[in-house]
Amino acid sequence: MTAIIRNRSVVDDPWQLLRPGDHGRQPAIPLAGDIIVPLTLWRAEREAVSFRAGRIGVWLDSHEDPAVIAEDLRLFGVVAVNFPKFGDGRGYSIARLLRERYGWKGELRAIGDVFRDQLFFLASCGFNSFALRDGEDPREALAAFGDFSDAYQSSVERRLPLFRRRLEKFAQA
Amino acid sequence: MYRYDEIDQRLVEERVAQFRGQTLRFLAGQLSEDDFRPLRLRNGLYIQRYAPMLRVAIPYGLLSSRQLRTLAHIARKWDRGYGHFSTRQNLQYNWPKLEDVPDILAELATVQMHAIQTSGNSVRNITTDHFAGVARDELVDSFVWCELLRQWSTFHPEFSYLPRKFKIAVNGAEADRAATYLHDVGLHAVRNADGEVGFRVIVGGGMGRTPVIGHVMQEFLPWRHLLTYLEAVLRVYNRYGRRDNIHKARIKILVKALTPERFRADAEAEWAYLKDGPSTLTGEEVRRVEERFTRPHYERLAGDDAGYLARLAAEPAFAAWVKRNVQPHKMAGYAAVTLSLKKTGVPPGDATAGQMDAVAGLADRYSQGELRVSHEQNLILADARQSDLHALWQEAKALGLATPNIGLLTNIIACPGGDFCSLANAKSIPVAQAIQERFDRLDYVYDIGELDLNISGCMNSCGHHHVGHIGILGVDKNGEEWYQISIGGNQGLARPGAPAAVGKIIGPSFAREEIPGVIEKLIGVYLDRRESEDERFIDVVWRTGIEPFKERVYDSDHQEQKRRRRSLATA
Ligand code: SF4
Repeated sequence: MTAIIRNRSVVDDPWQLLRPGDHGRQPAIPLAGDIIVPLTLWRAEREAVSFRAGRIGVWLDSHEDPAVIAEDLRLFGVVAVNFPKFGDGRGYSIARLLRERYGWKGELRAIGDVFRDQLFFLASCGFNSFALRDGEDPREALAAFGDFSDAYQSSVERRLPLFRRRLEKFAQA
Repeated sequence: MYRYDEIDQRLVEERVAQFRGQTLRFLAGQLSEDDFRPLRLRNGLYIQRYAPMLRVAIPYGLLSSRQLRTLAHIARKWDRGYGHFSTRQNLQYNWPKLEDVPDILAELATVQMHAIQTSGNSVRNITTDHFAGVARDELVDSFVWCELLRQWSTFHPEFSYLPRKFKIAVNGAEADRAATYLHDVGLHAVRNADGEVGFRVIVGGGMGRTPVIGHVMQEFLPWRHLLTYLEAVLRVYNRYGRRDNIHKARIKILVKALTPERFRADAEAEWAYLKDGPSTLTGEEVRRVEERFTRPHYERLAGDDAGYLARLAAEPAFAAWVKRNVQPHKMAGYAAVTLSLKKTGVPPGDATAGQMDAVAGLADRYSQGELRVSHEQNLILADARQSDLHALWQEAKALGLATPNIGLLTNIIACPGGDFCSLANAKSIPVAQAIQERFDRLDYVYDIGELDLNISGCMNSCGHHHVGHIGILGVDKNGEEWYQISIGGNQGLARPGAPAAVGKIIGPSFAREEIPGVIEKLIGVYLDRRESEDERFIDVVWRTGIEPFKERVYDSDHQEQKRRRRSLATA
């Protein structure tokens, strides 16, 4: 099992991530175990995926629309969002939509080209689980959650923007 | 100036620490070149042709004398003793060492400055009218709104990896001096019939390789909704803007692809979820930010200071400077002074550390310790007393900062170009200098009157060539530097109904040494055709079209020269 970060600690990951093969060929579905399947597989073979032992998770690529799984969320043990490249920022919006619009409360995992320098923003947008790319040490990366002590904006982590909290602070002072 | 509170200060310091760690990891080989690039870019650090280039943010162009002294100190200690004020109201250092940059950022933080988001695919430094706060036609103080937006856009967790850079301009006065139709988002303050403040929201304008005039998405957005509406616009852009082709990634391309109507509908649909949410601005917050700004203390002055008027009448050179470089002020007896960084022989926008220190002194003595940087790459002392103008003029003259050319042909806007910038097709600074030298007779330049001449070294348009009355663009032809000329561009209200205009290319491009001659011919056509001295170059271009200009420039002897050169080249 690989080590991932979940809720700010390093844990072994019970999930197996299935990625499509060449030319978008769907991956084989293992008979047992907890699996995270691509959204396309979920939509094509929902039945086959559901009636098997083991929990089910789904992952979205950065161009995919979380609205299509809004109704299915209760079936999943984890939802993951792929970052094909570090600079592809669509996953940040997807995470906020899953949390703030579609009400996903469970594990939300960032996968793909993910390393320590994104963790602070990813966490702000609602990710609580991080499978770092190969070669990154998750233990060392933990420090990145403390890169900043606060943030100006409203986000999943801090619903009230700083300006609303500032006023409270000033009111108390 | 907005004065940081503890939290603002802490966040900037935390950023310095974060970047120090990233730089150390890079230097130790733990962070690859590819991974480090976007990280250093969002701290303003480019690797340029000859050395790294560090771009320091001057939020909305406002500086204190103390900050300017620190900029001078940095130029001396870590650079070669000068800096370059850019068209984006930033300051660029062209020679810092990579390993020194964390120390430079730490030094900046001591005076509440930083290089955050001065490049990279995030919301950039917000720009505004350089006469904010002192202009007579002001509706709101745009600095306050810029600062609210600065805080909102700084380290925005959702919008830090956009498809491309994102530039916002705010205009608080009636006249648009912030080019709101030529930014990714332009915000133009307006009042509705009930006297409430709101913003006209313009989306999808821009220069670059495909110049576009922006589309009005909201005629009147009440100020409370400013942040939630911008988040809706940015979310649509973040999710659907193109990421496969860097040249098609700006929001203007998305707006065009969807159509402005559809973009408006998509933004509205997104906004429906965000409107009235926690990011809705409050009156308390606007007041809090307002109160953290230092304010000039104005004396009650009569205006039309007698000593000043006497000097004006007696000294033509002083009067000429006042005419070009001094603007009226909303307070009687005060004026806004532009210090020109466009002296012939000096690259436009460059200032030495000595000049920076001296200007800081002028700001302290004559303008309450504050100054502004204009997108025309000049420095502005916004709160000078009329009675001080003569003394100020003499000091500025001694410093080489009193060239009376604001608004005139020799007040050239030019990007750093091929001398410094690795993206350049051609040099821009020597072109600016050659033009300034050709037109060094001031009375002639006065006679020509108002004329914006802008030069960019490549399609990225940092020199705003599209909106120059005359625009010059460096192009690459088989590895050689050539220049394309356009005329008829304008920033800000061009004519009634035309918020801004993009210049038209007059024809095939020219070699560098031909440029001053071409400009002379363009000016010649103008002088022949103008109906009065009030008719500006740009007015004549609009009235006659570009044909007469084209004819003169591409006349037979020009063709002849070209043929000769070609036959020489092939010989
Ligand atoms: S316009 Fe081109 S050459 Fe000039 S500074 Fe911008 S990128 Fe560099």
